[in-house]
Amino acid sequence: MLEKPAEDSEQSLIRRICNGESSLFTQLVKPYERRVYVTALALLRNEADAQDVAQEAILKAFANLRQFRGESRFSTWLIQITVNEARMRQRKQHADLFEPITEAPDEEGAYTPRDFADWRELPSEALERSEVRTLLVKALASLGQKYREVFILRDVEQMSIEEAAEVLNVSTASVKTRLLRARLMLRDLLAPALADGWFSRPPFGKGSKPW
Amino acid sequence: MVVNCEQVWQEISNYLESEVSPELRAAMEAHIRECRHCTAVLDGTRNVVHLYADDRLLELPAGFSAAWQRKLSESVPGPRGTAFGWLIAVAALALVSGSFALARFDSPARPALRSHHAEPGTGVPPQMMVEIAADGKTFHVPGCKYLHQHEGAGEVRLVAASEAIREGYVPCVRCLRQYLNR
Repeated sequence: MLEKPAEDSEQSLIRRICNGESSLFTQLVKPYERRVYVTALALLRNEADAQDVAQEAILKAFANLRQFRGESRFSTWLIQITVNEARMRQRKQHADLFEPITEAPDEEGAYTPRDFADWRELPSEALERSEVRTLLVKALASLGQKYREVFILRDVEQMSIEEAAEVLNVSTASVKTRLLRARLMLRDLLAPALADGWFSRPPFGKGSKPW
Repeated sequence: MVVNCEQVWQEISNYLESEVSPELRAAMEAHIRECRHCTAVLDGTRNVVHLYADDRLLELPAGFSAAWQRKLSESVPGPRGTAFGWLIAVAALALVSGSFALARFDSPARPALRSHHAEPGTGVPPQMMVEIAADGKTFHVPGCKYLHQHEGAGEVRLVAASEAIREGYVPCVRCLRQYLNR
């Protein structure tokens, strides 16, 4: 199949989809499918629910594409739908009984780091190790929802502070405050485990052989 | 400008975002150089940002792409489906109108089948000689006792099966059974 010409900007894609070329929607969404899924996963902390909600969000975006006014980026709008769908799912599951979603005010006062382990080493192959990935995912899942949301949008999906604020419908100041706390909390959670040359430790004790 | 540990921690995220004034940046860096705790916090926070930015951390489940694309095409007929649908419709139209055209061409010479319940005799060898009665509906192997020979059955002719078929006769289900598709 031929590559679509580069001038196929999102705006013209969206226009063409609204004019009936619905198959182009796949092309429009494909670059953001990972973001959609990761957002759903970060909120729901469950792969099956995340896949379900991510698919629903994409279908909803298709059904409502005519309502997209182009005032924000398409990706922002799409992630906004995803966040809303995920929150709806949480309410259905009564998760909000256990974890208030937006009502709790941001904690006042500075966050004080608890651990000062010297964590300088960061070999790029660290993430090749599944136990490292598991550790990171668990640490993120342990954060409160409003910190998790901000952190995932900014630091995992690389959205700007302003976009994250738009998606979550909070002020940029709130995003910055929550982001700081999320990063410091994660550092506290991870530094003791990952510091001190942990990465350079061989998978089997020194001198031991797997056979 | 001089900052203490609490101030460094408060601004460390903005520092990584390069969202602090040059004065504050200089003051923070001066403090961090002298403070082991703040060095550890800065290094660790930077590591956190780098690690979570890596695509390998949270991978798309296999089949996710295919799943939403399938659901999407189920929710609306995509253009491929539409094109296929149109192809079928056009082909059907061509068939139908084609057969009408054929029927029109043939109509002077070929009346409709004499019996609507019978199978057309397409399986019968066209050169085979068969008997027909002028007022009957079926053609027969010569000598078949089911040929209409009663009063008013009309003239009996011996013709090629192709001629009998052209005149709208259908094969006798008894004497010509072996040629029928039943």
